[in-house]
Amino acid sequence: MAPAAGADQRVTPGFVRRNGYGPRMAATLAVPTTSYDVRRHRLRNGLRVVLAPDKAAPVVAVAVYYDVGIRSEPEGRTGFAHLFEHLMFQGSASLGKMEHIRYVMSSGGTLNGSTRLDYTNYYEALPSNALERALFLEADRMRSPRVTEENLANQIAVVKEEIRVNVLNQPYGGFPWLSLPPLLFDTFPNAHNGYGGFEDLESATVEDAADFFKRYYAPGNAVLSVGGDFDPDEALELIEKHFGDIPRRKTPPRPSFAEPEVTEERRGEVVDDNAPTPALALGWRVPDPADLDAYLPYVVLADLLTRGDASRLRQRLVHTDRLVTDVSAHLGVMQDPFDVRDPTLLIVEAYHSADVSGDSVVAAVDDELARLAAGDLDADEVGRVQARQAASLLTRNDFILGRTLLMAAFEQQRNNPGLVGELPARLGTVTPEQVLEAAGHLQPDRRARLDLVPGGNR
Amino acid sequence: MTPRAREVPPLAKPRKPRLPAVAERVLDNGLRVVAVRRGGVPMVHARLRIPFAGRKPEHLPKRWALDATMLHGTAEHSRTELAVAMQEIGGALSVGTDADRLQIRGESLAKGLPRMLELIGEVVTSAAYPSDAVAGEVERLQTVLRQRLSQPAEVAAEALRHRLYDGHPYGRDLPTPDEVAGVTAAAVRSLHRRWVVPAGSLLVLVGDITPARALDHVEARLQGWSGKGTARLPKPDVPVGGGLTLVDRPGAVQSNIRLGGPALPRTDDPAYAAMSLANVVFGGYFASRLVQNIREDKGYTYSPRSGITHGDTASTVVVEADVATEVTAPALVEIAYELGRVATTPVTAEELDSAAHYTSGILALQTATQSGLASTLEDLLADGLDVSWLRTYPERLARVTTDEVREQAQRHFAPARLATVVVGDASRVQDELGGLAEVVPADGG
Repeated sequence: MAPAAGADQRVTPGFVRRNGYGPRMAATLAVPTTSYDVRRHRLRNGLRVVLAPDKAAPVVAVAVYYDVGIRSEPEGRTGFAHLFEHLMFQGSASLGKMEHIRYVMSSGGTLNGSTRLDYTNYYEALPSNALERALFLEADRMRSPRVTEENLANQIAVVKEEIRVNVLNQPYGGFPWLSLPPLLFDTFPNAHNGYGGFEDLESATVEDAADFFKRYYAPGNAVLSVGGDFDPDEALELIEKHFGDIPRRKTPPRPSFAEPEVTEERRGEVVDDNAPTPALALGWRVPDPADLDAYLPYVVLADLLTRGDASRLRQRLVHTDRLVTDVSAHLGVMQDPFDVRDPTLLIVEAYHSADVSGDSVVAAVDDELARLAAGDLDADEVGRVQARQAASLLTRNDFILGRTLLMAAFEQQRNNPGLVGELPARLGTVTPEQVLEAAGHLQPDRRARLDLVPGGNR
Repeated sequence: MTPRAREVPPLAKPRKPRLPAVAERVLDNGLRVVAVRRGGVPMVHARLRIPFAGRKPEHLPKRWALDATMLHGTAEHSRTELAVAMQEIGGALSVGTDADRLQIRGESLAKGLPRMLELIGEVVTSAAYPSDAVAGEVERLQTVLRQRLSQPAEVAAEALRHRLYDGHPYGRDLPTPDEVAGVTAAAVRSLHRRWVVPAGSLLVLVGDITPARALDHVEARLQGWSGKGTARLPKPDVPVGGGLTLVDRPGAVQSNIRLGGPALPRTDDPAYAAMSLANVVFGGYFASRLVQNIREDKGYTYSPRSGITHGDTASTVVVEADVATEVTAPALVEIAYELGRVATTPVTAEELDSAAHYTSGILALQTATQSGLASTLEDLLADGLDVSWLRTYPERLARVTTDEVREQAQRHFAPARLATVVVGDASRVQDELGGLAEVVPADGG
C-alpha cells in the first residue's frame, strides 16, 4: 500500500486525537490512522460483495463467509456446521474430489476454512493471476457441493481424528472453549459442544447435508470479500460472471440467541486425564459486540489485564505472587473479539501447579479487578495499552488475507467493512472511566468458574 | 438436477513480486545489519539473531532459563518498565532460543524504531537477570516443562530428535524439570556474557522505514555492544534408518507417528530445489499424495504432513501423522508405501508443476508482509544466501525435472533411510507394529 504505484488504494497517515480524558503522556506515540479503499456491492441473487484493491504485492485473497455457525446447529446434530465445512471441500458442481484443493495449490495458493459460532468461512490466498480461478472455485461450491455417502463417511472419520488430536488426546484440549460455555449459558445454541459428539457425527446423513446447504448456503446468506492486487471494475465483472447466475434462494432469519443475565456465581469442574497440572477459567457475559461503544472497553480491559509483562494480572499472578504459570484474558471462546456476535463473553484462564489452590488464584484476580474498579487506573496506562492494540491490528491488516477476512466479518456483522481501517483509532477512543466501569462489571456473582482437575492418568 | 460442468478458468499473466531493496552495514563490533523499506502499514519489525550454540548438556537448561528471564530488566529499567516502554511505541519484544541461536523479535510503530533499538541495545548489553526473578522463573519453568511434556506432539518430536541426533545438541530441545531446577542467576548471567555478542550476529529490520537512516540508528545504539564471536555446532552424524522406537502412552486414543532423516541444507544447489519439490509432492501440502491417501481416502488422520527443517549444521526431513490407535499399523504401512513410491517411481509432470507453482506462490505470500519478509530474510541471510534468492529460487524450481525429483526422493524419502518413532498405547499397538519393523521401547517412556 505504498502511496505510489498509482493504485486505487490509499492509506492516509494522520493522527488520532483522543477523546476526553486528560493529557496524553508524551512518551506514548500517537497511533496513525488507516483507511482502505473499500467498495460494496450486492448481486441480484443477494450475494454481498466487498472489494478492497491494494496493488502493493501481486497477491489476492478471496473469502466467502456464510451466515451459519455452531449456534445454528439443531439438537441432535452437534458438530454438524463444522462437518459440513469439511464437506464443502469434497467436490462441487464442476469439480471432483480434491480438485478444488489442487487448483488452488497448483496456482501457487493456500486455502482453508473454519467454523465459528456465528459464521463458516472459506478462503484462499494466491498470486493475483489466479483471481478468476479462485472466484470460479468458490462460486462452484456455492452453486452445489458434491456430497456422497462415501465422502461423508470419509470426512466423519477425519473430523473424529481432528477431535482426538485437539481434544481427546490433548492435555487441556477443549479447555475452556468447549467446557466453559455450558456453564455460563443455558440454551442449546450457546452451550453445546461445537466440535460435536461422536454419536451425532456418526448419524449425519447425505440428506442432512443437502438440507443444511439449502437452508444456510444461499447466496443471500453469504458475503464475498476480495482483497489485493486487482482492478475493482474487472473483479466485479468476474464476480458477476461466476456468481451472478447462482439462483436466489430464501435466506433464513437470524434468531436472537440472547439469554438472561447471570445473577449468581456458577461453579463447575472438568476432569482432564491428560493434564498434569490444574487450570481454571472465569467467564463473564459482556455487552453485544454490535454496540461497539459498549463493547470496546472490554477489549481494552482484556489486554490491560494480561497482555505483556506490564499487564495487571501477569505482574501480580505470574511475577509477584507466583501463583500461575500463565494467565490470559480474551473475548470470545475463539479468542478473537471481532469474530462473534451476541451473546459472548470475557474469559480469564490461568494454569497453575497443584501446590497452588484455585481459590488463591481467583482471589488474586478478584483483588486486581476490585483495585481497577475502585479507580486505580490512569490515562497513561490505558493509552499505552491502546497503542499496542492498535499497532497489533496494523500488523494483522498488513497481511492481505487477514484484512480480507476481517472485512468479510465486518460486512456480515455490521454492513461496515471499512471498520477494519477505523478500528485502531476507535480503540483509542475508549476512556479510562469506561475501562473502570467494565472492570466493575466483572463481579463474582455474574460469572461462571470452571476448574480443570488433572486426572493423573498419565 | 445435476448442474452442467463448467470450465475452470486459466491463470492470467503473472505479475512478479518486486525484489526488495536491501541496505546493509557491518558495524565495527561485527554485527551485520540489514534494513529494508516495505510500506503497507506504519510498523517496523526487527529480528536479531545471535549464535547460541553451546555444546555441553548443561547448556540446555541454562538457555531455557536465559530465554525466560532476558527481558526481566536491565541496568536501567525493571521488567515492567521495559514492557511499558515497548507498549508506548505500540510494540513488544520477545526472546526465543534453539540449539543454534537466540532470537530477539520485536515490532513497533515505525516512528518508535530508535526507541526499540535503544531498548534492544540495553537488553543485549545490560540484561540484569535479578536473582529473585531468575529463581521465580526457574520454578515456573519446571511446571511449564511438565505441561509441555504432557503433550503427545512434544513427546514425539523430542523422541525423534533423540533418535536422529543422540549425543548432539540437536538431540534434545526440552530439559527435564530437575535440570532446570539447578540453574542459578549467576549461571545465566555468565551464559549471557559468553554468548550474547555482536560478532556473527544479524539484525534484520523491515517496515515503513528509511533504510539508510535505520542503519544509522542501529549504529548509534548498538555500536557499544561488544564481545568475541562464538563457534557453530559441529555437524552431527545421523544414523540411517533403523528400527521403530515406541514410546508408551497408556490409554492414548491416538498414536503420533513420526519419521525423520537427513535432508540437504538450503543452498543455491539445484538438488535442494529438487528435494524440496519431492517433499511437497509426497506430503508437503494439502494436495500431496500423503494427504490424499491417509486422510482423504482412508480417513486415518486429520493433518498428515511432511516438511524440511533446517539447523545451522544439519537439515532434517520430518513426516508426521497423528492417527487413531486402532489404525496405527495400517497408517504406517500406507506412509511407507507412499515413501517407497516417491523414491522409486517417477512423479508426474503435473505433480511436479503443481509443487513448483505452490512453492513459488507460498514464497510470494510469505514475503508480502513486513513481518514475513523480515523472518524470511533472517533465515536466508543466516544460511549464507541473500535477497536475490527470492527471485532465483522460483526460477530454479521451474527448471527441476522429474528425474531430479526421483533422485532426491531416493536419497531423502526412501523408507529404509528414515528413523521411525511412535508415541501411543503400547499395549494396543506393539504387536501389530512388530510385524512391520523391529520395535525398540523408548528408555524412560
